Amino acid sequence: MSAPDLPPAVDLQALLSASEITPVLDQLDAELVGLAPVKRRLREIAAYLLVTKARQQLGLEASAPSLHMCFTGNPGTGKTTVALRMASILHRLGYVRKGHLVSVTRDDLVGQYIGHTAPKTREVLKRAMGGVLFIDEAYYLYRPENERDYGQESIEILLQVMENQRDDLVVILAGYKNRMDTFFQSNPGMSSRIAHHIDFPDYGEDELLAIAQQMLVQMHYHVDAEGERALRDYIARRIQQPHFANARSMRNALDRVRLRQANRLFSQAQGSGSALTAEALSQISAADIRASRVFGVNTASLPDAPYP
Amino acid sequence: MMTNTNQRLTQGQFSFLPDLTDPQITAQIEFALKNNWAVGIEYTDDPHPRNTYWEMFGNPMFDLKDAVGILAEINSCRKTFPQHYVRVTAFDSTRGVESLKMSYLVNRPTREPGFGLARTEVEGRNIRYRISSYATDKPEGERYGQ
Repeated sequence: MSAPDLPPAVDLQALLSASEITPVLDQLDAELVGLAPVKRRLREIAAYLLVTKARQQLGLEASAPSLHMCFTGNPGTGKTTVALRMASILHRLGYVRKGHLVSVTRDDLVGQYIGHTAPKTREVLKRAMGGVLFIDEAYYLYRPENERDYGQESIEILLQVMENQRDDLVVILAGYKNRMDTFFQSNPGMSSRIAHHIDFPDYGEDELLAIAQQMLVQMHYHVDAEGERALRDYIARRIQQPHFANARSMRNALDRVRLRQANRLFSQAQGSGSALTAEALSQISAADIRASRVFGVNTASLPDAPYP
Repeated sequence: MMTNTNQRLTQGQFSFLPDLTDPQITAQIEFALKNNWAVGIEYTDDPHPRNTYWEMFGNPMFDLKDAVGILAEINSCRKTFPQHYVRVTAFDSTRGVESLKMSYLVNRPTREPGFGLARTEVEGRNIRYRISSYATDKPEGERYGQ
């Protein structure tokens, strides 16, 4: 079918610059360390959406593509950050109207008694309309061990909205890889409605170092060459230990390093009574990093507790 | 108001126009959201002009960013109260304003008998006027039929 008012050709380049999508993707490349497969996948999705838009202008495509996604990966690999960017990418391409991200977990969707779940889920869905609904640790929605669990009701409402109001919101599920796989096995309806499965790989040591340095720059701190060596040693040891959560562990470690730096400055100032320069306040020394417990303890005998 | 133009209640915005369609309501809600006004839904079966405070259908929707969610709520109110008056309000919380900036009807009963005017002669042959809806003689919930 060809309506008389359709243009004979579309300028993809013009569409691209009109959508202002390139700056978002470039920002993603610059700010997120590593994650090469994720970035490649995001570019693919962006290109696909742009081409779909062009096809729609020529009357080749009738329905909007399904954009629900699933992000799998270990903790601290940047799933929430990428979801936020995804919302703004989809907004610029015109697939969601508002481009806000509503981040929820099981508690926000599932109620505590009969008849509580449906209104609660609908409330969240209403809030997410025109934007992206990000369900963190989505596999908790379904609890196979308890057949009277209300999670199933929530899943059914989600499925219905995901199918019927595809152009009103985009749903992104996130969680650990193996548990999400089990979740999809027991909910085939959910699996078939999700077009894009994106896996977030763990970071390597170099990437973690780059992330830590980026965080330090954002917090207006800096380390010297000696400190950088200490940081590298720290990462190599921390990775071996239980409860390692990639970038989140780095953030926590840096917070504790800042604590030790403040403590050091404080005791120095009490001793000498001299004024501190901006340089001294933003300098993190190797000693601040090497004071971490990770360096003193035998890795094998550690208890399962977070590290100070 | 009291003359019952075209057998229709005329209160709030757009009430002399034909009923708003859903896309038109959506556009009005988008306008309210763009201005950061909180959209609310209210219903009543006592549309006396002095009846300022109608019943609220759910909470005011402070946290919604898109009109689709609000339209779904409007439709659910229409379904619950098909023979009531339903209006959509937009509340501006700016300090010093703190009042409704928009109010328009989105649902009305199929038959609207309008208002009657009663004259009472008082001392010195003065006249006191009173208006009342023909429908409000019946108890709440039965006024405009089921």
